[in-house]
Amino acid sequence: MSEHNVEKDDISGVETTGHDWDGIKELNNPAPRWWLMVFYVCIAFAIGYWVIYPAWPTFSGDNERGGTKGTMGWTEYKQLKDSQAEILARRAQYLGRFEKASFSQIENDEGLRDFAVAGGKAAFKDNCATCHGTGGAGGNGYPNLNDDDWLWGGKIEDIYQTIRFGIRSGDDEARLSEMPTFGGMLTPKQISDVADFVLSKDNPTTPTAIEGKQVFADNCASCHGEKATGGREVGAPDLVDAIWLYGGTKADIMAQVTKPRHGVMPAWEHRLDRNTIRELAVYVHSLGGGEE
Amino acid sequence: MLNKHDVIEKNSFLMLILIVVVISIGGIVEVLPLFRIETTIEPIKGIRPYTPLELEGKNIYIREGCYNCHSQQIRPLRDEVERYGHYSLAAESMYDHPFQWGSKRTGPDLARVGGKYSDAWHVQHMMNPRSVVPESIMPSYAHLAHEGAHLDEIAADMRALRKTGVPYTDDMIKNAYKDALAQARNESDDFDGLQARYGTPFGHTVNARNFDGQETTTELDALIAYLQVLGTMADFKDYEPASDVGDKE
Repeated sequence: MSEHNVEKDDISGVETTGHDWDGIKELNNPAPRWWLMVFYVCIAFAIGYWVIYPAWPTFSGDNERGGTKGTMGWTEYKQLKDSQAEILARRAQYLGRFEKASFSQIENDEGLRDFAVAGGKAAFKDNCATCHGTGGAGGNGYPNLNDDDWLWGGKIEDIYQTIRFGIRSGDDEARLSEMPTFGGMLTPKQISDVADFVLSKDNPTTPTAIEGKQVFADNCASCHGEKATGGREVGAPDLVDAIWLYGGTKADIMAQVTKPRHGVMPAWEHRLDRNTIRELAVYVHSLGGGEE
Repeated sequence: MLNKHDVIEKNSFLMLILIVVVISIGGIVEVLPLFRIETTIEPIKGIRPYTPLELEGKNIYIREGCYNCHSQQIRPLRDEVERYGHYSLAAESMYDHPFQWGSKRTGPDLARVGGKYSDAWHVQHMMNPRSVVPESIMPSYAHLAHEGAHLDEIAADMRALRKTGVPYTDDMIKNAYKDALAQARNESDDFDGLQARYGTPFGHTVNARNFDGQETTTELDALIAYLQVLGTMADFKDYEPASDVGDKE
């Protein structure tokens, strides 16, 4: 400021800026030295950062991606690759053997089996638990994976096949079957009778259930079997056991016969890698109901 | 020297000129890169504009504020890639106006949710999220199942998007309503037209089915159609990150 305002404040002894608002004067304190130092260091850091990391867009020709690359050649993609390589190296102890081992070899090798179950458990939570539940207990419309009742087979190979291609997923290899809509084919009485028969567990005693047995033999047995124990080649559920996918009351059964629901399981072949799907198959097989 | 600002402060015209200069520099630094934005998009096969029904679903997604809790960008970090799949590319949202990257994940990322769950699961989840995911805090969106999708105006949306650079053709816009209805049915005579416009040229089969299982085409149909296509367009078979192939195409 010019000479006329080198006036000093009486109390603090600090120069004023010469600005005066109704007798209130502004002190001319400099910014603290530590603050200035941090500020200058930040500027120096930024310049160093521009040199080392990709920072500035540049003008290059058409269809060229422009930008300074930085002396370290760092990119997010390389960082991802490095961190993936790191975890693969840690898994390599098992992964190399796991990749080549057949399912029966995995089952007989405790180390490999534990490895697969641990990996499968994590993948299950990310991908399968949303429908089948965190513990694989399923729900209405989503099969329980802990029991020994399997729609499409409970051997590891069967489970692997189901996970890879899904059920009615639209994939060419998907497991596919469709229960007909009996609503228009059978009379309401027939549907009621056949529900009574199904509830009798192939042991009809009431007149309606006995009538339903004939309806069942004519319409249902070709898929669900003579004794209503189901047919895995077409994913037809066992109707004699106590496990119901869409509910076990008479109303539930009649609804399913009249206008069947057809559950869809997505195909995971294109979403997960082969090792993960194999791990999942071993994990699901280990849940309790796995078949030899 | 530092005290020279007296001169500027006492000369309003000079100050005006200097303000314009300073703001211009800031503006140019922010605006110039936008003119080169297309050079930051790594090319990948398979990306197509949304079908009319999917676009309506996207409108509902925005209207209901889904982006407040769900992001649509998988970052190139190991744990994200393990959980959600291949990291997102700029090309995958190049036809999104506005993009739905989001910045908050109260719920999971949805960038690759397409095909991960069945339609029936989505219906049940929208009706009552806790019936399938007990720990979820998502609200119910059951009202979407009772509201017909407003497809008669979707062509106007497409015309507007075309102005922002989304390559909707005249043919697509003309058939928007028909295509939207065709996509929400299990079987439709108009499916071939829909597939010819949105499927075949991009190497896809358009998901066309009765998404919510109801007779009418509802907002739920549209939203599920949108969710089921998210992240499924890009064909990663020939993809290599730019850093691996050098900067030139």
